[in-house]
Amino acid sequence: MTALTTAIPVSSRSTDQALCTHCGLVVPRGLIEHGATQQFCCAGCRSAFAIIHSCGLDRYYALRDAAEDAARTDAEPLTVAADRSYEEFDSPTFHSLYVKPSGVGLSTVTLRLAGVHCAACVWLVERLPRLAPPGVIESRLDLMRATVTVVWDPARVTLSRIAETLAAIGYKPHAAREGREREQQVREDREHLVRIGVAGACAGNVMLLATCLYAGLFEGIEPETRLLFRWLSMGITLVALAWPGRVFFKSALAAIRTRTPHLDVPISLALAGGGLWSIYATLFDIGEVYYDSLSVLVFLLLVGRFIQHRQQRRAADAVELLYSVTPGSARRIENGQPSNVPVESLKAGDVVEVRPGESVPADGSVIGPGGTIDLTILTGESRPVKLAQGDQAPAGAVCLGTPIRISVELTGEETRVGRLMRLIQQGAQRKAPVVQLANTLSGLFIFGMLGLGAIAAIVWLFIDPARAIEQGVAILVVTCPCALGLATPLVLTVALGRAARRGMFIKGADVVQSLSKPGTMFLDKTGTLTEGRMSVVEWHGDKSLRSPVAAIESLCVHPIATALTRDLASQTASDDPTFPRVEDFTHTIGGGVEARIGADRYTIGSATFLASRGLRIRIDSAQSAALMAERGLTPVLIAVNGESLATVGIGDRPRSETADVLRSLRSAGWNLAILSGDEVALVRRLADSLGIEEARGRLSPEQKLDAVQTAARSGPVVFVGDGVNDAAALAAATVGIAVKGGAEASLAAADVYLNTPGISSVGTLVDQSRRTMRIIKFTLGASFIYNVIAAGGAIAGFVTPLLAAFIMPLSSLTVLAIAIRSRSFMPEEPSPTPRTHP
Amino acid sequence: MSILYVTIPLAILLAAAGVWAFVWAARTGQYDDVETPATRAVFDDET
Repeated sequence: MTALTTAIPVSSRSTDQALCTHCGLVVPRGLIEHGATQQFCCAGCRSAFAIIHSCGLDRYYALRDAAEDAARTDAEPLTVAADRSYEEFDSPTFHSLYVKPSGVGLSTVTLRLAGVHCAACVWLVERLPRLAPPGVIESRLDLMRATVTVVWDPARVTLSRIAETLAAIGYKPHAAREGREREQQVREDREHLVRIGVAGACAGNVMLLATCLYAGLFEGIEPETRLLFRWLSMGITLVALAWPGRVFFKSALAAIRTRTPHLDVPISLALAGGGLWSIYATLFDIGEVYYDSLSVLVFLLLVGRFIQHRQQRRAADAVELLYSVTPGSARRIENGQPSNVPVESLKAGDVVEVRPGESVPADGSVIGPGGTIDLTILTGESRPVKLAQGDQAPAGAVCLGTPIRISVELTGEETRVGRLMRLIQQGAQRKAPVVQLANTLSGLFIFGMLGLGAIAAIVWLFIDPARAIEQGVAILVVTCPCALGLATPLVLTVALGRAARRGMFIKGADVVQSLSKPGTMFLDKTGTLTEGRMSVVEWHGDKSLRSPVAAIESLCVHPIATALTRDLASQTASDDPTFPRVEDFTHTIGGGVEARIGADRYTIGSATFLASRGLRIRIDSAQSAALMAERGLTPVLIAVNGESLATVGIGDRPRSETADVLRSLRSAGWNLAILSGDEVALVRRLADSLGIEEARGRLSPEQKLDAVQTAARSGPVVFVGDGVNDAAALAAATVGIAVKGGAEASLAAADVYLNTPGISSVGTLVDQSRRTMRIIKFTLGASFIYNVIAAGGAIAGFVTPLLAAFIMPLSSLTVLAIAIRSRSFMPEEPSPTPRTHP
Repeated sequence: MSILYVTIPLAILLAAAGVWAFVWAARTGQYDDVETPATRAVFDDET
């Protein structure tokens, strides 16, 4: 992540701003060292610079700056090189899960790294044997997948030390949860490549031989040579059909057995039909042979599939990275001392500590003084929940305010989140296979053409028996499914690739088809339609109190306090010497805060809290508080020197773009509804303000799933959500769309992951899906018209098999050109730099 | 054109050798990561 932000070697000439030498972020004023050539925004950057400098690797900075212009993308926020230790990387559980032995006494592990972007990263990470303590043998980075494979000597250095070094140079390591699946994928990819290579070699050689045969037709050819070339072509084509071509026959057989329509059935028929005829023609030395068309067809189809497959894999990989980055460790208390352990090693009865901002690793009950948690991701409930001793804390909830300790009761799959994950898997299995338009169309089309070929042959049998088979075959060749088979996947692949560059990761091509026609769209509320965090919505009363309130609340780490600080203050304490000095600060959990600024005594909190302190609440304050509560806001009263002077309404605001996007979706014909886990009144109020008629609140994840399944019976359903509570519904929907900031479970369950918060991209996604489908229909239409004309010509006897063999590739090329030139998912404004690696 | 009876089998042998080499390369993972090694080469003067 360090390599991303604009880094200009610091000029401390301008005293009001300096950029960090290491990460390029603005250095807080208090830390600027006047006159120094290097400036650092934090200790992490300082030590990272020191490590890099002491190893003589200063070239990194030069390389980074050079690579930057090309690599500037949506930067992740800079997370400071951790003050955390990676001791859980040394635990036996971690080792049994992720570490493999490698050679004599050595171990190897694959870790995912956050923030790997460019060539400089490769250079820096692969210098790990020089950066880390002795014992690291080798470090290899895979740039595309952002994984590093480290080989080290466990007798000389621990994995946690290596992980700390990686974190210190700016790449936080995470366990790569992939293992066997990944090996399987790699094997598949390699086999696919082998097939393409073999098919390509066969196709090229058969083409050469075919050129000679065609030339022979015009220039004359010795009969023996012609025979030899035909036999050679047959041999090579048989290799192409039997080796790389076998996949089509296999999947066609499987499709016939399960009685599902599949493009491979007509393709196999064409391959088998053309092959058998050509072999017959070769053996008896009559008519034309079509080995060149057959072998080229096998090659092109395989290439098309490979490209499409790769694109989908890349989208899935990007999501997988986010998935791995979620914390996999817990802080277990052993003999009163906290130590980091992998989540997998937690047992019932363990005591874990959860600090503010961290998520609860397992279901358990609170011990000790309790605290506040945020259940947004789990239930969609936007208000923080207070926990007392003995209360249940579910895994996945995020701790707020003060650290809490939890006695673990259920772990892993048995937690509520774990059970939800099982529901998700079932939901994914139940999903009906989407019959792709192109598959059905080209399937029908090819059956039609086969029939037409047969009819033509029969008709010509009566007119001129000698030409019967020739005209039949001419139809088969001229109507080769090349364009149909390749154009559709190509258009989709181009669309998926462009979408991914715009932060829309689409896991399957069928999604585009489903989104192109309006249906029912269910939307989650918290975090999807709204900002998913508390902010100041209204302010009634004395405006001059804003700054002191912000100053007081900045001392507190409660979501309401954070909202007040962020939205009321124009500056923060560190940059402003005139910022009020707060004294005598006290915080009552679940009530409010009290503090003194100068001579004024401030009390900020709920009406009950103010009343319990015996303060006078003015009628207008009480009235506006009641109004706010009615509107679904949390009212906070501000009293100065014994009397309430202002009231603030805190709530989860709808995102600014929400209304516009919903309006355009509705005008496109979508039927919109809100499904939320939050309070019914809050959901209703938001729905009214956005003009949505159907809105349901207080839904459990199971109820959401049920709603989606019920609706799915009568048509396609799109679900947009972000939380764990949405995950099952995301998986069960025809298309599940997860928005940024969501839980890992929703990422795994969704068909589309949007890298932008809120639903702004949903509109684009739907628009562009429609456009993509239009292009597909256009290419299908174009090739259909071509085919009708060509087939007509062949039936009428104008098109000979030879002419057909010339026309066919022309038509394919035209359709492919349309596919590649199509403007699906092209940005309307000047494009942001694509996420490429220089 | 009887030379064809010599040159064509020869050409096929050569092509087969090429295919075999490609299959070997793909199966041993030479094409698994085609991007990182390219950047790696840029820095080789360092080590």
